[in-house]
Amino acid sequence: MISTLGAFMTKEVRHILRDRQTLTVLLLMPLIQVVLFGYALRSDVRDVRLAIVDPSPDYATLALRDRLQAARRFRIVATGRSMSDIEPLFRQGRADLAVSFEPQFAARLESREPARVLIAVDASDPNTGSTMQAYARAVITAYEQELGAKGAQPVRIAPEVRMRFNPTLESVNLFIPGLIALVLTLVSALMTAISLSREKERGTLEILLVSPLRPWQIIVGKVFPYLGLAFANVLTALVAAWLVFNVPFRGSVTLLLVESILYSMVSLAIGVLVASLTPSQRVAMLVALLATMLPSTLLSGMVFPLASMPKVLQVLSNIVPARWFIVIARGIMLKGVGLEHLWKETLVLIGMTLFFMMAAVRSFKARVA
Amino acid sequence: MRVLRALLRKEYLQIFRDKLLLRQMIMMPFIQLFLLSTAATFEVKTARVYVVDRDHTSMSRGLADRLTASGRFAVVGSSLSMLPANEAMLGRRTDMILNIPPGFERDVVRTRTGSIQLVFNAEDGALAGVTNSYAQQIIAAYARELGVTVTHRIDESPRIEMRTRGWYNQELDYKHYMIPGILVQLLTLVGTMMTAMNIVREREIGTLDQLNVTPISRSAFIGAKLIPLLSIAIFEFAAGLVVARWVFGVPMVGSIPLVFLAALVYLLVALGVGLWVSAIVHTQQQAMFVTFFLLLVYLLMSGLFTPVRSMPDWAQWMAELNPVKHFIVIMRSVLLKGATFTDILRPLGILAVSGAIVLTLSVRQYSKRAA
Repeated sequence: MISTLGAFMTKEVRHILRDRQTLTVLLLMPLIQVVLFGYALRSDVRDVRLAIVDPSPDYATLALRDRLQAARRFRIVATGRSMSDIEPLFRQGRADLAVSFEPQFAARLESREPARVLIAVDASDPNTGSTMQAYARAVITAYEQELGAKGAQPVRIAPEVRMRFNPTLESVNLFIPGLIALVLTLVSALMTAISLSREKERGTLEILLVSPLRPWQIIVGKVFPYLGLAFANVLTALVAAWLVFNVPFRGSVTLLLVESILYSMVSLAIGVLVASLTPSQRVAMLVALLATMLPSTLLSGMVFPLASMPKVLQVLSNIVPARWFIVIARGIMLKGVGLEHLWKETLVLIGMTLFFMMAAVRSFKARVA
Repeated sequence: MRVLRALLRKEYLQIFRDKLLLRQMIMMPFIQLFLLSTAATFEVKTARVYVVDRDHTSMSRGLADRLTASGRFAVVGSSLSMLPANEAMLGRRTDMILNIPPGFERDVVRTRTGSIQLVFNAEDGALAGVTNSYAQQIIAAYARELGVTVTHRIDESPRIEMRTRGWYNQELDYKHYMIPGILVQLLTLVGTMMTAMNIVREREIGTLDQLNVTPISRSAFIGAKLIPLLSIAIFEFAAGLVVARWVFGVPMVGSIPLVFLAALVYLLVALGVGLWVSAIVHTQQQAMFVTFFLLLVYLLMSGLFTPVRSMPDWAQWMAELNPVKHFIVIMRSVLLKGATFTDILRPLGILAVSGAIVLTLSVRQYSKRAA
């Protein structure tokens, strides 16, 4: 019986190895993703294109313009006399921020009247917009304080900020755990779903079913090679992250690998379930995308923090396996904690595995009957 | 022409016959639209704070009060030492620790400078950064407030009054920014993936060979494949725009026909890529993986989630070659900023050129295969 299973697995492995194109994509995917996530996906604002509106230049506005120019992040791209000179630049996306001084700026400062500045920002991207605004405010406030330095010393509260577990807020450190989840989902759930439903579409599944193989053996035989592939992918992603980006690895590698296998099993079970519920490859693919990839990227906290989402989605995220796996992976890699802090998440994953496996085997059997 | 019409009839019949697939094709974009637009946000609602107040004065309590009064912070615990606070952070029960050392009030009164410590759980980097900036603002406001009470003096130094305005998105609604981009993703997914899968399916079933031995010309065949998908994609795009306008209230300042023109040009690129993929692969599985891989790179490098201008220079250069990036720029500037045809001439031109190149290349690739 074991040898039948062995033979079936050999056949599956050959199927995978023969399809060079898919194999290449599958093996390259984690590498490229690590590089992309690591280098390209940053949201820090580096270079702000600034437009100045200064209807009546005087020593104060010129001093402020110098400060802004000298600030590392700003680059003055245009200077105009009124807002309407500047507006087209914004529409074409050639300026990000406008600082507009009111006329008689220095005179008002001297007479102790408030001198007004308008900071207008292209807020179509609200996050970047408010960051840029904050930079401009900081420069102007510094100038204001300098002017007032001759007077009384203001009260200051100096907060010392510590970013624990990820001091530089390096985004690659945060993405790697999510990336592992994504790659595992892709290989385990999507590949299995499609490969099983292909056998169905071609009619070879019927042949398998009348063979001496039992349904669970068919499932195990289908699933096992993909588990191996998934494991290879996790290793690639981890090694790449570690070598290229020095992503910290504070906890136990063994524990992380065991948890990865556990997560793969959930995904594989979902893949089998999808395949047995759908009639064709195309539908299987779409359902698998919708049921696994989409929630794993969006509702897992991988890119977007769960705490920012509406309550409904937060509750919904609890049934997404990737959400639990990411907590585990981040805990192990960034915080260096072990099972004592992660047992709850692990139990949830084990529960999900059992549930989906039972559902998968059952619906598979129902199809057979 | 008659051949083309007959083929088109066949394609439409095939698409509308597969009810399940059709439903999926219609549903998926909308689920994505709803999910992405509500889930894809870095907005911080309330951050959980653990207060370690070792000063115990009215001033230190005032600081914690100001944080909670802002509505952005909620105190989840307090203690006299850092130990339980650290434990709470390891167990993910708090996002931030406010640590006020003894002698805080005394320092403020004597030296005008008090120091405190803010510890963030940076496991969620974006969240920690935003929370930090909120906390800093509140603390700075509190310091100004203290300045008046401590010095008992009205400030006489010159004042600069800063007013701020966020153009094109006054309410700073993240959805308004994301939705135009999501619509682009939607078009890409439908256009590229469906084209690739559709043609490969004929190859897998073997009907492609049958078609190749008929007198149908290559252009008629490709046209018949692309036109139905083009029409479905445009239909979905229109529906997406309607949802964006009336469900999410995305402002549409610019010209809608211009948006459709850009969408048409962009679809030529997207369908062309799908056609190219279908010419180089043999099975639907391969088609899916190759497109998935391409789309992933395209979308990540497009500025949909993170601004292109934050990327390193080489990535910005790569982004110039990325049609998704250009279409996103067009969508955002026309819908949110009211950009006109001349404003978007450059990205639109790039799209048109890449569409022409991709389509020619893929038709060529296709004919080589067929031979």
